[in-house]
Amino acid sequence: MSQADPSPSDVTVRLLSQPRFLSTARSAVMAFAKQLGFDDACCSHIALAVDEAICNIIRHGYSNAGDRPIWIGFTALETDGVAQGLRIVIEDEAKQVDPTAIKGRNLEDIRPGGLGVHIIKEVMEGVVYEPRNGGGMRLKMSRRLPSAGGGRGISALPEEDPTQPGAPATQPSRGDRA
Amino acid sequence: MSDAIEVKIERDGEAVIVSPAGDVDLHRSPAFRERLKKVAEEKPKRLIVNLEGVPYMDSSGVATLVEAMQIARRQSMTLVLCGVQTRVRSILEIARLDQLFKIADNAAAAKTM
Repeated sequence: MSQADPSPSDVTVRLLSQPRFLSTARSAVMAFAKQLGFDDACCSHIALAVDEAICNIIRHGYSNAGDRPIWIGFTALETDGVAQGLRIVIEDEAKQVDPTAIKGRNLEDIRPGGLGVHIIKEVMEGVVYEPRNGGGMRLKMSRRLPSAGGGRGISALPEEDPTQPGAPATQPSRGDRA
Repeated sequence: MSDAIEVKIERDGEAVIVSPAGDVDLHRSPAFRERLKKVAEEKPKRLIVNLEGVPYMDSSGVATLVEAMQIARRQSMTLVLCGVQTRVRSILEIARLDQLFKIADNAAAAKTM
């Protein structure tokens, strides 16, 4: 079943499904994260997660077609005007897949490829894949600032009121398409 | 950033040192992979991948390194990474591959590791 569209993001970047735009996407998310107060290491991890998510869409969702859209939305998560972290929503128009079929592979199986999902889940919180209304898939993920209890990896976000704008996804993680 | 990846290749005795420069992501890793594979086909005794010029790498770059390691094992070559920057080391750790590779501080150390 398709999920309702999330609340609008603070910043939205649209790019074509071409690997040459990955560096642009990374620069955008790093700038946003840095502005919220994430340190360089955290910014790098968040950019890596976005990079991996886009790679998955290009390779698996769009089968390397270079003329399809990808939207990346960034939203600051704030409490009483104080930054708590960020939420990232990445959407595409690729064929919808069962979110439960999108999983990271066993890391004991040493082979090239298939690491994207594991990386995303390792460095972000509240990772949720879902079908979009009208087609395509949506990835929602968030990351708290260390001052708000975030770390590399981790635990699920605490329960928050999903009706509040900017509230991070609280659904259990269900995997990725890589 | 340039579309093409610059890959310097040096031969030093029984070792070949491959030094890519710039971010290694899905856009640039295919060219890096091709260069690395060609060098591996020469079957040097020691293949050193010097990553001091690589500030960023995603899982496509990591996959290239894993593939090189598998080739090295099949051909009884020694593969050593060196000059691994913090962000690149971080992704190796996240993928739990940091213990799998031989990693030296620099190219000189990689020649004797």
